[in-house]
Parts: sequence; structure tokens; C-alpha cells
Amino acid sequence: MAGATAIDVRGLRKTYGSFVAVADIDLTVELGEIFAILGPNGAGKSTTVEILEGFRTRDSGTVQVLGADPASADADWRARVGTVLQTSGFTDELSVREILDHFASFYATPRDTAELLAAVGLTEKAAARARTLSGGQQRRLDVAVGVVGRPELLFLDEPTTGFDPEARRQFWQLIRGLRDEGTTIVLTTHYLDEAEALADRVAVLVGGRVMEVATPATLGGRSGADASVRWVDDDGPHEILTDRPSRVVGELAERFGGEVPELRVMRPSLEDVYLAMVAASQLTGDAERAST
Amino acid sequence: MTATVRPTAPRAGALRLGCKRGVVELKNTWRSKQSLGFTVLFPEMMLLLFASIFKGRIDFTNVKVSQVYVAGIIGSSLMSTGFVGLAIGLAAERDAGMLKRLAGTPMPKASFFIGKIVMVLATEMLQIVVLVALGASLFGVEVPGPSRWLTFVWVFGLGTTAATLMGIAVGSVIRDAKSAPAVVNLPFVALQFISGVWITVTQLPGWLLGVAKVFPLFWICQGMRSVFLPDSFLVVEPGHSWHHATGALVLVGWCVLGFVLCMRNFRWTRD
Repeated sequence: MAGATAIDVRGLRKTYGSFVAVADIDLTVELGEIFAILGPNGAGKSTTVEILEGFRTRDSGTVQVLGADPASADADWRARVGTVLQTSGFTDELSVREILDHFASFYATPRDTAELLAAVGLTEKAAARARTLSGGQQRRLDVAVGVVGRPELLFLDEPTTGFDPEARRQFWQLIRGLRDEGTTIVLTTHYLDEAEALADRVAVLVGGRVMEVATPATLGGRSGADASVRWVDDDGPHEILTDRPSRVVGELAERFGGEVPELRVMRPSLEDVYLAMVAASQLTGDAERAST
Repeated sequence: MTATVRPTAPRAGALRLGCKRGVVELKNTWRSKQSLGFTVLFPEMMLLLFASIFKGRIDFTNVKVSQVYVAGIIGSSLMSTGFVGLAIGLAAERDAGMLKRLAGTPMPKASFFIGKIVMVLATEMLQIVVLVALGASLFGVEVPGPSRWLTFVWVFGLGTTAATLMGIAVGSVIRDAKSAPAVVNLPFVALQFISGVWITVTQLPGWLLGVAKVFPLFWICQGMRSVFLPDSFLVVEPGHSWHHATGALVLVGWCVLGFVLCMRNFRWTRD
């Protein structure tokens, strides 16, 4: 299947002493998709991504990233893979433009610095020293550095931590633009709205195991789950769980002769199914991990 | 569907990128108040202070104290830029994730080290020019004639190499950037006092002189004294000799040790 997928992981395992960080996971990322990895702190997200990036060794399993094993990656492979690390700052005395120009010089056909500055919204900061940037601005510079070499595959490890809502939405646009150019993107995030807005598929990782891989809309049986219909009348708030919310709303409308007071129809949010999944698996997972 | 195969246009070579890294390193060094103040300009400040405070000549010689300081400070500036500056800089860069970011690019690893070497050499050469100019114009230090240039070249070359390699080796094992200045300045300050930078070495008790001779700074400074001081100074040198052969041997030994430690210790990441 060489070349059909961007990333193919089979039985990946990583332990630190007796702690099992990643417990025999399988993952496949298709070319051109945005693949999000969700999970609580310590779930093994960063360990997994750093193994895929070639920064960490693994205990066992096979890993193919763009057709090569990242553990023995060479400069040609590095040139095709962009990485935006979770914890990284700039202590440089260089300006934003100087940093981008410098990183661009590592690649054969880099992006244009001015266009890239505009894309990440740092044009006005081009002449500023990198270390004087705010946290969010440094993060955007980090992303710019990660994509300056036109990577075919981009890893983003919690890219929008510390962003304000507007900056986050601008960032999402940037990422969608990269996907539209054909870039495959692997994203780890704490933010479920981010995964929902960007990802074609999400994997939920808890305790070093993959709980489920699905589209954001279908994760945890979300699309087929019962809807909650809520309204308020003289007796106070009411809620009905139903698999046929339209019919319930119709009956209510009839009963109230028009508008139903404070009517709300809700499906479980991505957050709801995610939290339920984490809670359920942590109960069983902790016990299992202690015994492995 | 197959993976997009892009035309593999050639990337720049390791040497060319190393020179680019050198420019980046120099900008980082010269634009940073901290590295400029504590590492680059520190030797000049100490020379101006000590040569202004302590007048007169060294006993039994016709050599002025200020001349001895010029030679000693030139020696210690190699350690200041190569060892102290590199170790602190490397620890800070690793802590901030900057090394890991570089490791994620196709930049050849060699380019990183070429950049560090370019930075150290350029900074040291400029430092030495300034120190000699200050010494010559303010304190009557004689600029040595061509007969001593060869000595200068090997002392400078071996001393810089040893200091740089040890700087990278030590900077590689410091886990926390905040503790880096303390870790490297402690040996640096101690070695200056027993290596003839501030005190003529024959004033040291025998056992302390023995300790000093183990370390490279002693031999760097003695080599620099042999370049910048007249042979009449030999009366206050141990054994009344410059001990060039021993010095070169010890420095080569430290270069080898530094190289081995670099190969063993250097990491792009903290983990």
C-alpha cells in the first residue's frame, strides 16, 4: 500500500519505565485530510506525534510516514514534513522576517516570506524581534516556520493554545487553506470546537489507547443519539429525550398554539460524547494499564 | 492514489547553510545585551579596570602589570566566548525548543556546528583586535612581531577548539537554562585565578599550580603570555620556560576529550 496513505501506524508502543504512554495503537491518516488527535493530558498524544515526527524512539510497532520510517528519516524526508511543536519559543534576537528567511533557506522551493507573513497575520510585525512577540504571535510565527518549506505533511501540536477567539478563527482559515493546497495535516488539540471546525476525522486517545476514530459528526454515535427537547412552562423547565425530535416539537407547538416558550432542541455536542468517552475509558483503562 | 512526488530541486549545501547559521549566530550574539555584556564586552571591561587600578611592574622583570593582564585576558576571552557563551546559549536554545525546531528541518546537523564555530571565531578575533588595540594605546603593550605569530596561531586555534568543544559538551548536559550561567561561570572564574590571568602563577602554592595545569586555560594563558610578553618574563614562569610542547599536548588532549563528550552528550531535545 506504499504511497496510498500519509501515515500508517501498526501496534505502536512506547513505555517510560513501568508507565505505558502509548499502548499498541493503530492509526491511518489519508493523504490530504485533516486528522485530529483528541485526548486528555497524559493520554499519549504528544508522545505519538513526536514518534511520527521522528523525535522519539518507539518500543515496538511499525510506523510509516510518507512512505518512510521516521526513526531513520533523512533530510529529504524532513524537507517534506513540517512540524509545529507544542512547547517552543523564540529567544532569538532576530526579526520575524529574518527568521522566516533563514528557515526558508533550508528548502529548495520555499514559500515567499512576504506572502507567508500576510497569511499568518504578522506583516506588521515583520521587523519586530521575535522574542518581543506575544504568545499568540510567536505561535503564528511557529506555524509559519513549520510551513515555509511547503510540507506535504504538517504536524500541529496544540497550535492554538493561548489564542483569543478571533485569532483562533483566523488560524483555522489558514489551516483550511493549507488543506485546500493538498497538505495533509495532523493536529493535536484540547479544543473540541477546533477539532469540529477543522478535522475530517478525529481519533480519541485515552490512556495510550485509541478509543475511536470517526468523523466529528459521528463520533460516539453522536449522529444517531437521542435528541433532548427542552422548554419552559408555568410548571417550570421540561426535557424529553427522543429519537424523533421533530414530532415532539410539532406536538408541543400544537399544545401551545404556536410558539413553544424557550424551546431548545439539542444533540449531544462533540464535547458531550468526548467527555463521556474519556470518563468511561479512564475507569477501565487505569485498571488495564496498571496490569500491563 | 499515490503520494505526490515533488521534483527534488537541490537544497543548499551544509557549508553554505553553515555560513548562514554563522550570520544568524552573530546577530544573536551581538544584538543580545546579555551576551554582549557578560560574554563579549566583559574581557574589555576587566582589562580597563585592572590595568587602570594596578600599576607598576612585575617583580624581577621589566614587564608592566598591565601587559600581563592583556595577555591573560586575551587567553581568558577564548574561554569566555567559546566555553561560557556557547554553553549558556546552547542551554537556552534547547530549553526554548529552538534546537528541536531546527532538528525538524532538513538543515544538515553539521551546518549548526559550523554556525557556532563561525560565531566563536569571528567574535574572538574581533575581541583580540580590540584588546590588543586597547593594550597598545592605553597601557603600552607591544604588538608582537611576526616571529611570534605562529605561536599565536596554534595557541588561538587549539585553545578555541578546546573551549568550543567543551562549551558544547557542557551546554549539552545542563538541563535547565536558568542554572547555566552559574554552572559555567564557577569553573571559569576559579580557573582564571589559578591560570595566571590576574595573579602570576608562581605565586600559587604548588598543589594549586598542579591543579591549574590540568585545565586548558592555564596553557592558553601561558601560550598567550609567550606571544605578548618579552622573554624576560620567563623568570616568573614555572621552570623559566614557556613549555610550548606540554601546552600543545594538553590542549590537544582537551580537544579530543571535548570532541568525545560532544559526540556522546549533544542532544537536540531535552528528552
